[in-house]
Amino acid sequence: MKVERHCKIVRKDWLNRDTVYMVMEAGDMVRTSWRGPGQFIHIKCGDGVLLRRPISICSCSCDTPEDLVSIVFEARGAGTQWLIHRRVGDELDILGLLGNGFQIDKACRYLLVGGGIGVPPIRGCAQYTQHNQRGKSTAIVGFRSKERAILLNHLEEECVKVLPATDDGSLGYHGYVDELVRHELEQDGDYDAILACGPKPMLKNVAEAAAQFGIPCQVSMEERMGCGVGACLVCACNMADGSRKHVCKAGPVFDAKEVDWNG
Amino acid sequence: MAETMESCFPHADEVQKYEQTSSAFPSGEESLSPASVDLSVNLAGMIMKNPVVVASGTFGFGREYGQFYDLSELGGICVKGLTLHPREGNPSPRIAETPMGILNSVGLQNPGVDSFIQMELPFLRQYNLKVIANISGNTPEEYGIMCEKLDQAGVDMIEVNISCPNVKAGGLAYGTQPKLAAEVTRIAKDHAGQTPVMVKLSPNVTDVTEIAKAVADMGADALSLINTLRGMRIDVNSRRPILKMNTGGLSGPAVLPVAVRMVWETAQAVQLPILGMGGVSTGEDAAQMMLAGATAVAVGTACFVDPYAPLHVRDGLSQVAIEQGLIHISKLTGGIRPW
Repeated sequence: MKVERHCKIVRKDWLNRDTVYMVMEAGDMVRTSWRGPGQFIHIKCGDGVLLRRPISICSCSCDTPEDLVSIVFEARGAGTQWLIHRRVGDELDILGLLGNGFQIDKACRYLLVGGGIGVPPIRGCAQYTQHNQRGKSTAIVGFRSKERAILLNHLEEECVKVLPATDDGSLGYHGYVDELVRHELEQDGDYDAILACGPKPMLKNVAEAAAQFGIPCQVSMEERMGCGVGACLVCACNMADGSRKHVCKAGPVFDAKEVDWNG
Repeated sequence: MAETMESCFPHADEVQKYEQTSSAFPSGEESLSPASVDLSVNLAGMIMKNPVVVASGTFGFGREYGQFYDLSELGGICVKGLTLHPREGNPSPRIAETPMGILNSVGLQNPGVDSFIQMELPFLRQYNLKVIANISGNTPEEYGIMCEKLDQAGVDMIEVNISCPNVKAGGLAYGTQPKLAAEVTRIAKDHAGQTPVMVKLSPNVTDVTEIAKAVADMGADALSLINTLRGMRIDVNSRRPILKMNTGGLSGPAVLPVAVRMVWETAQAVQLPILGMGGVSTGEDAAQMMLAGATAVAVGTACFVDPYAPLHVRDGLSQVAIEQGLIHISKLTGGIRPW
């Protein structure tokens, strides 16, 4: 059975002015509902906003005395603004772990692609694939600027190579991540799959690059969400076959070929 | 915890004034525990073990929230709105948050009535709860066909949604015009056999009692209200409505007072039992609905915030009963003392 759980914040680090890395004790949540990196938790953000806020998991582990779940998020609206001001020792009302994560094979070699606040689940993939038989993953991560860059230290430790890109050129490649993806695939086409998370236009371009090089690609999609468990049917994502699937229950991770990128 | 009536309820003499007809009023020597409160209600001949139902469109077919607790804890479920043929629903975004509410424009996404009967009804039948099938038709004939199928499949009740967005007569027409509401009710009743028919009323009308009377005259067995209130939210920077359909239906705590008022007006206008809904999140909210005239209550949007909300509402109602010295929760219905 799934549960709603009160999880204690045990660590909180500011990554920049409005992004936080938060670790929570989560009972047996990871042991009982972990399916792969890329899942999310649904957090009640005080009494001022009605709906819970879905936040991607950056890292999680089965631990003692309790499992640990880490999230990285930005204060964007009233809900995340409330959340970012919680302190170590405070308890959060959480549903989780929800959704399906990336399908990862320990025998495969991955190219990880993240954009902005889509980087945290990609870091989860990096952590999970660091002991893969064919070696650590390569990460290509894009940010607006150097000041907005997050999790690079973790990625550098857990990946064989990290290629940052920024919109303004203040760090790494000056331009978009899909350009770096194409460049990397031209140099080294020996990846088994691309795993990507970020804004939809970025995912679309990465999916196109993957298709062009004939490499399988999984993408983590975002839609405005309600219940988070598949009951309210609001977070519908258009599929290439004309159907609609729900990001919270069927996703958030989909095969890039399944998604209708023009819908 | 043995408390006397006086200490449980500080205004015992006040209670007696509006409990005059109740034989349930306990003697001062007895105390009430949650177990001693009879939560059962009779909604148009359908006996439920407690008055808490989950509202259509907020609970799917029970599978998702059934992973959190035993669905047999619920009085009943109004299943996701069914149509004759499967529907993919509207494009996203389908939801916008508002002050203490949400706007939705799901657009009746559902697998169709046949798939419900084949795949979902057997699942729900594993549990001890009443199954209320919510239906929407493009034409009066479609309502009739669906009622026949559902009657044969053996659902406990049919909830006729007359405020669906895609009807032959256009927009909310069935739910806002007494004649059309009456016609749909008549056809549903003609085809539903022995299955009770409950008509779900739209709040997007000038006078809800006109519609209530029209469907009551055509033999509706019960009424449910309110459906969502039409609303809109605009992103000021992009100047776009948040919802891809521009407008949607408002639900959540924000609509509770509107719902209580409409239940109250309707209860005075017709003799039919009422399933009250709209913003119910706590036992006290549910008690308001019942005092206004509802026989049972549905919990909807609150489920998105707290999957256990229906159970909390049930336990909260039980607590209200204890505090007021009521053995039967059904004694709350219509117990309002208007000025």
